[in-house]
Amino acid sequence: MRLLLRKLASLLTSAVIASFVVFAFLAVLPGDPAEVALGTNATPDAVAALRHEFGTDRPLVTQYLDWAQGLLHGDFGTSYVTHDLIGPRITDRFGVTCWLALGGMLVAVLLALPAGVLAAAWHRKAAGALLSALSQAGIAIPAFLAGILLVYVFAVRAGALPAGGYTPLAEDPGEWARHLVLPCLSLGLVQGAVLTRYVRSAVLTVLHQDFLRTARAKGRRRRAALWRHGLPNAAVPVLTVLGLQLSTLLVGAVVVERVFVVPGLGDLLLQGVADRDLLLVQGVVIVLVVAVLVVNVVTDLLYHLLDPRLRSR
Amino acid sequence: MTRSKRLPVLVAGCALLGGVLAGCGSGGGSSASGTTDTLSVGLIAEPASLDFTTTDGAAIPQAMLGSVYEGLVRLDQQGRIQPHLAERYERSDDGRTYTFHLRRGVRFTNGADFTADDAVFSIDRVKKDWKLKIARQMDVVEKAEKTDDHTVKVTLSRPSNGWLFSMTERIGAMFSRTGVADLANHPVGTGPFELAERRRGERIVLDRNASYWGTKPELSKVTLKYFKDAGAMNNAMLTNSIDVLGTVQAPESLSRFADTNRFRTIEGTSTGEVVLSMNNAREPFKDKRVRQAVRHAIDHKALVDTARSGHGKLIGTMATPTDPWYEDLTGRYPYDPAKAKELLKDAGAEGKSLRLRVPNMPYAVSAAQVVKSQLDQVGLKVEIEPLEFPARWLSEVFTKGDYDMSIIDHAEPRDLWTFADSSYYFHYDNPEYGKLLKEGDAGKPQDETARYREAARLLSDDAAADWLYLMPNLMVADKNLTGLPVNQVGEGFELTGVRWAKK
Repeated sequence: MRLLLRKLASLLTSAVIASFVVFAFLAVLPGDPAEVALGTNATPDAVAALRHEFGTDRPLVTQYLDWAQGLLHGDFGTSYVTHDLIGPRITDRFGVTCWLALGGMLVAVLLALPAGVLAAAWHRKAAGALLSALSQAGIAIPAFLAGILLVYVFAVRAGALPAGGYTPLAEDPGEWARHLVLPCLSLGLVQGAVLTRYVRSAVLTVLHQDFLRTARAKGRRRRAALWRHGLPNAAVPVLTVLGLQLSTLLVGAVVVERVFVVPGLGDLLLQGVADRDLLLVQGVVIVLVVAVLVVNVVTDLLYHLLDPRLRSR
Repeated sequence: MTRSKRLPVLVAGCALLGGVLAGCGSGGGSSASGTTDTLSVGLIAEPASLDFTTTDGAAIPQAMLGSVYEGLVRLDQQGRIQPHLAERYERSDDGRTYTFHLRRGVRFTNGADFTADDAVFSIDRVKKDWKLKIARQMDVVEKAEKTDDHTVKVTLSRPSNGWLFSMTERIGAMFSRTGVADLANHPVGTGPFELAERRRGERIVLDRNASYWGTKPELSKVTLKYFKDAGAMNNAMLTNSIDVLGTVQAPESLSRFADTNRFRTIEGTSTGEVVLSMNNAREPFKDKRVRQAVRHAIDHKALVDTARSGHGKLIGTMATPTDPWYEDLTGRYPYDPAKAKELLKDAGAEGKSLRLRVPNMPYAVSAAQVVKSQLDQVGLKVEIEPLEFPARWLSEVFTKGDYDMSIIDHAEPRDLWTFADSSYYFHYDNPEYGKLLKEGDAGKPQDETARYREAARLLSDDAAADWLYLMPNLMVADKNLTGLPVNQVGEGFELTGVRWAKK
């Protein structure tokens, strides 16, 4: 319980600092929302009037406090460009990005667990070396490149899957799944390759631990000993990496969303930056930051649960 | 034991993925719609709002004008002004009064009838509520009044041909008095289509307006799908998830659509002049000879071949083939590097360093590279600096005028006026030019053509800028589609005549 409180306190502090950094960064970003909205049709008067309407002519401190106060009430403000509430738009998009990140995670785990364990178990054999080499190659490929290749093979050549777009789950679950396959694969394959390396080394480490030898001495076969005693122990370091990877996936989704025309948070973020819709950008970034912080806290708590040795500290 | 429990989970997971993959084979092969009365068009850059009275950007009128909104007058494919919601109109001899006779039986999609009150309301509203500079085109209107329910008399403070033209564009759109509460999300017009659905970040869906006054479109539903990435849009076309690729971003990608059994390429003119601007207010371009040198130093044919795979007509001034005053002025500054060097020497501008600050869009960056290499050959030192578009380019180049040269597509139709305003980022300042435009605007329609032609020549001779090429209206369409507009003449994307060939 004390641990939970401590973690929450550090989460809150980080969030406040992050909100400050986000705001400060956007304040110095060149480009003015009023100028962008009026485009080549701007007159100095109209720009000034629009700045006043947006409130971007006020002192920065006032703007920040105004925004931060709104956030505390769950109010993300109103978009400069579309004049509607930002909160609901972020919630809409966040769901899509979560599906992407979770799907990517699923692909990564399904790929990395068997591949990593086998690579460790066979580390003296050719097959193990091959798996290691493949995972190295996978790490070298950026997700967007994987995306472009996947689209070319499965959508353009084979015509089996859509090249892009998104259908909400509630509308048509089949179409929803079809549209998610390629983006999730391109996110997940790369992360899976990374994860494979960690799983392999974690399993290799436990393979040489005393408790495994003891298990073998008690008469368990090598494979059974690994399943029963080895993997749970290997899970702790892997879980840490998983938590970090989920954060990477959330952020990596930004690029993949663009390649696959998926209307997620990343897409909203890039649009917001282009339009200099500052409140929208601030809102999206803060949501992403909080999501990453929450994932980290949950990971922390999880391995306290998994590993009794940590609890005693 | 444990092993037998866990392994099936993995297998099931893989099977699930495999099943999803396998179950989709049936989707490919047919057209985006599968039916012959729906259409799906791929476009770049989603409009941020649907309200073009407060937000700028070509994407809004592109989606809304001509499909949802209509004006009293419209442009035909040759760029001529035709009556539209007004079945006819009269211009008084002094050119100051226009009488519009409105079509009867026209109805807005909110059910209200279109009457003279709405026309007056729409015209007055431009001055009152519009925030953009184009609203100034309405300043010349002294008053708009209703004579009877179907007649509107507009009195101008001075005769203006340009005003009538602008009535074919955004500012001439007719709004319902009871339909302007939420223009950003719920547009209400008289057009052949009405807004059915808008999914942010993705698409705008238009349904046929069942009570449309004119010839009803054959298409019952049009989906405008927005892409941020040209590659993603190309893939959508190749995989049949769109029927029309509305704007080809990179002409070199056309080779992917070479299969004539599936695709047809449409290439026409647009109203977009790709201008190589030179900051007339700053050294060295204050000196006309330096500007002339730049025009002589650029091999436009080679530029279009290199940067555009040959797609782009050479124009030579700020006019496009659908303007009545258009003439080919490319001969005025033939490619002549020796002459360019001579002019630079005369002006004492040899070896000058220049900042070419361009928007970070592919067409501008690829043109900039050719311009740089050609100007380097006559001894100028050009440094290319791509700026994020729109935000940074607008702020640095357009607003602050902090640049020597830039490259951008001036997409607005009939935009000679941009050079008449010396505070505009070109900073071209020649009173003679402004005078010609004024005379043309105030004269009889035939005077307009003559004066504007003269003005376009003057602009070219003065080397107020250089015109690299005319942006082509370049589309790829399913080969069974007909009726797509070949030329882009106004601000709207004309969808009304599009139909599927009977199979």
